[in-house]
Amino acid sequence: MTENKGKVVSINGNLVSVEFDGNVSMNEICFVKVGDTALKSEVIRVRGNIAQIQVYEMTDGIKCGDDVEFTGDMLSADLGPGLLGQIYDGLQNPLPILAEQAGWFLERGIYADGLNTEKKWEFTPTANIGDVVRAGEYIGTVPEGPFTHKIFIPFYLLGSYTVKSIVQKGKYNVKETVAVLTDERGREIPVSMSFKWPVKRAVRCYSERLAPVETMETKVRLIDSFFPVAKGGTYCTPGPFGAGKTVLQHTTSKYADVDIVIIAACGERAGEVVETITEFPELTDPRTGRSLMERTIIICNTSSMPVASREASVYTSVTLAEYYRQMGLNVLLLADSTSRWAQALREMSGRLEEIPGEEAFPAYLESYIAAFYERAGYVRLPDGSTGSVTIGGTVSPAGGNFEEPVTQATLKVVGAFHGLSRERSDARKYPAIDPLISWSKYKSVIDSQKLEFCKNILHHGDEIGSMMKVIGEEGTTLSDYIIYLKSEMLDSVYLQQNSFDLVEANCGTLRQRYVTDKLIYVLGSDYALENKDDARSFFNRMRQRFIDWNYTEFESDAFKKAEAEIDTLYNEGVGKLTVQAESLLKDGE
Amino acid sequence: MIMNKVYNRIESIIGNVITVRANGVQYKELAQINTRFGKSLAQVNKIEGDIVSLQVFAGGQGVSTGDEVRFLGREMRVSFSEDLLGRIFNGSGEPRDKGPALTENMKSIGGPSVNPTKRILANRMMRTNIPMIDMFNTLVVSQKLPIFSISGEPYNQLLARIAMQAEADVIVLGGMGLKYDDFLYFKDALSKGGALSKTVMFIHTASDPTVECMMIPDMVLAVAEQFALQNKDVLVLLTDMTNFADAMKEIAITQEQVPSNRGYPGDLYSQLAARYEKAVDFANSGSVTVLAVTTMPGDDVTHPVPDNTGYITEGQYYLKGGRIEPFGSLSRLKQNVNGKTRKDHRALMDAMIRLYSSYKETLEKKNMGFSMSRWDEKLLKYGELFEDKLMALSVNLPLEGALDLGWEILSDCFEKDETGIKSDLTDEFWPKK
Repeated sequence: MTENKGKVVSINGNLVSVEFDGNVSMNEICFVKVGDTALKSEVIRVRGNIAQIQVYEMTDGIKCGDDVEFTGDMLSADLGPGLLGQIYDGLQNPLPILAEQAGWFLERGIYADGLNTEKKWEFTPTANIGDVVRAGEYIGTVPEGPFTHKIFIPFYLLGSYTVKSIVQKGKYNVKETVAVLTDERGREIPVSMSFKWPVKRAVRCYSERLAPVETMETKVRLIDSFFPVAKGGTYCTPGPFGAGKTVLQHTTSKYADVDIVIIAACGERAGEVVETITEFPELTDPRTGRSLMERTIIICNTSSMPVASREASVYTSVTLAEYYRQMGLNVLLLADSTSRWAQALREMSGRLEEIPGEEAFPAYLESYIAAFYERAGYVRLPDGSTGSVTIGGTVSPAGGNFEEPVTQATLKVVGAFHGLSRERSDARKYPAIDPLISWSKYKSVIDSQKLEFCKNILHHGDEIGSMMKVIGEEGTTLSDYIIYLKSEMLDSVYLQQNSFDLVEANCGTLRQRYVTDKLIYVLGSDYALENKDDARSFFNRMRQRFIDWNYTEFESDAFKKAEAEIDTLYNEGVGKLTVQAESLLKDGE
Repeated sequence: MIMNKVYNRIESIIGNVITVRANGVQYKELAQINTRFGKSLAQVNKIEGDIVSLQVFAGGQGVSTGDEVRFLGREMRVSFSEDLLGRIFNGSGEPRDKGPALTENMKSIGGPSVNPTKRILANRMMRTNIPMIDMFNTLVVSQKLPIFSISGEPYNQLLARIAMQAEADVIVLGGMGLKYDDFLYFKDALSKGGALSKTVMFIHTASDPTVECMMIPDMVLAVAEQFALQNKDVLVLLTDMTNFADAMKEIAITQEQVPSNRGYPGDLYSQLAARYEKAVDFANSGSVTVLAVTTMPGDDVTHPVPDNTGYITEGQYYLKGGRIEPFGSLSRLKQNVNGKTRKDHRALMDAMIRLYSSYKETLEKKNMGFSMSRWDEKLLKYGELFEDKLMALSVNLPLEGALDLGWEILSDCFEKDETGIKSDLTDEFWPKK
């Protein structure tokens, strides 16, 4: 805490101007004193001796002349053991603790430590006296839930240090000194199990950044096969309201093949967070067999919570993600919704009377969005292991129109685009990702030629479908009509997936490959079908058998039985594999 | 009581916003201004050094630069007690009926949001006896739902019916930009329906000053929240939120804020959300459920007000052609409750909607002049029965009655296996003739 003080000179919404002496820095945290409470704020512009600050709380009751205390610190997150399973607000205040202190409402001016400072953790030293260490390397570990939590040399320490002393294996809280380092000039620096890191700065304590190559399984067929996401990659999910953005993220947060999931509920409904908080502790993580909550952190700054801390919440979330990546873990950050974050920027920009860009968003919107997604990445760590942060953000475009600035700025920087469409969600097709507009630059779990074959059927079927709307079924040839039916079938048995059924929702890579082969076999065959009625009824029956098959446990007896049913029907239809499909299936073997 | 300083010099008057030079004024503080037309409240909405901007509740009309402004040293508040029930107030909290002014137990309005960890999952149905709601898009306690509608639809009639029939302990009605006739209609309907004694009204009519319109939702929700904390299930009815948004737009533009989309301020989403998110089910206490009419200018759901609303609320009711449309309407929380009403509820709901959608397709074919098959004829009969007996807004039936009627309609039109409902349900519920 510095001695630097100032006085309020103007108030406009949550933007307050402060006259100060001495020095203040950009993004420095300060507190506005109102009666007995002090409201946390951040410096966002300095002009002469006037600092403009955004207050993270409601500003009612502030007067000109009220005292402001500057802290000298930037907005920081507490990093250390005990983050997993927590429910934080955008400034990393644990919400259950605020509830204990303030009751029903989020009263302003009440803050709590991000980490429990009393709890003792079983520390095992891994460094020895005399070791030379750098920021981001670890000197010991503690067990945290199913993970080995590494205790790092604080990320902000520049240069190299020598371990002068380190404590014995034993129980310590996060504030106790566990090691003493000496720097190159011999000064001693005590280190505890926790430290602070300014959330708006990316953590770069890795040896190198690698290209994201490994596919992150989400168990959603449409994503993993058609529009995959890589570990360390980025993707966005824009869609109009009611298209199922949040449901899709919710499913992903349950089934994604990662170690840790961070859910940033940014400016969205409180009810959805309540659902996660109620549901997750009851669910088990299939990877560890423990409660799903033990691998989850929720950062929730819902729509009615103050706007400035909504802006902070995405940075807090990504900082925690980077921290766990440093332990060699794969972390998935789901931000819902990045549009609300962009709107928070727009609100402040308007109050600052900046020259507005498109739809009044600030001119720096694109660079802010790019900088945020660039904090994702697959990296090699100082100890040679690798870790990743994957970022998936939803976008809520005004009027469902993807031409708007936030969607467009996001599309420039992400590696995959899952565009949700109103037509698909109205037709109750889940997930409502539109296969005709979405794309991904990452590697699919299925062979690229097979994928191409499936996409061709979809595109071709869509063309025939639109033509049929004009010329009617009568004007369509039987062979075109069959292609149309095949694309409809592919859509309903593979692209659509019931997220409420446990087996169906959790469709792993092996199963996806197996089912794709079967589909290529069925869709890549010609049949002895006399007319359109025959064709419709045949593919309807085929579709039903695939759907039944989808609901059976992979490789179980029921699975084999259902597959045999498909074969029987195939033979009834006198299926004959085309040359193209045959060669595709042969290549795959 | 501290005597507050009086200012006699108004520096500027622009629209409904005035500025005075004053020191020691708090942000959002109230002031009283005496004009030749009487007294009005005003609220501080910007302070720059000693220049204080205030929005005048009664509007800027007739305000003189020499009028007296007295700061009250407090924020906008509303009195809360059981005495509110049956009363009608305006946006300043003054009585609109002939009753006495209430000044006891004053509570702040626009308070902080509820800690998400203190909320519980919405899981109780709120019955309205309107089949299109109860049966097809069940309203859930603590849900927030808009009624999307174009001007001219009977949305206020619908609200009044819900107010009379809904299973709520307290109704708080907020009118914004209400036509005077509609205000009289509400008063009349509620007193005839016997619901007036459990209702509190905050009414801003179209001819009242704009600033008061902006205060209505906060007044209503502050009162609702207080009742909810006293273990009451409160139903909040707001009409019309588009007028509220337009009032915000008017003030924002007067104060030269940079507009974002079609002239609305950049914080439209946050402002709407701050109100809608007051809907809550408190653990071990009462609840607030919000139904809010949102008229769509030009029937355009992508207009900023309905669009932002859709992202905030948990579904929507579409009022179209005097009926709640089964297709555009959605209650996102219905699956939390409709599994435990009656075992045929979900299956019957799905089947009836599916058949109604087939009816719509058949109707289109018929209108295009295609010949009708026997199946088409069945669908046509079904569609008409469905619209008359279940969809019409005049239908008044408890859920169980609506479900029975649903089976009745199905059996009048179809054979059991044509409905696509599982046979164990048709065996049990199919009407014996």
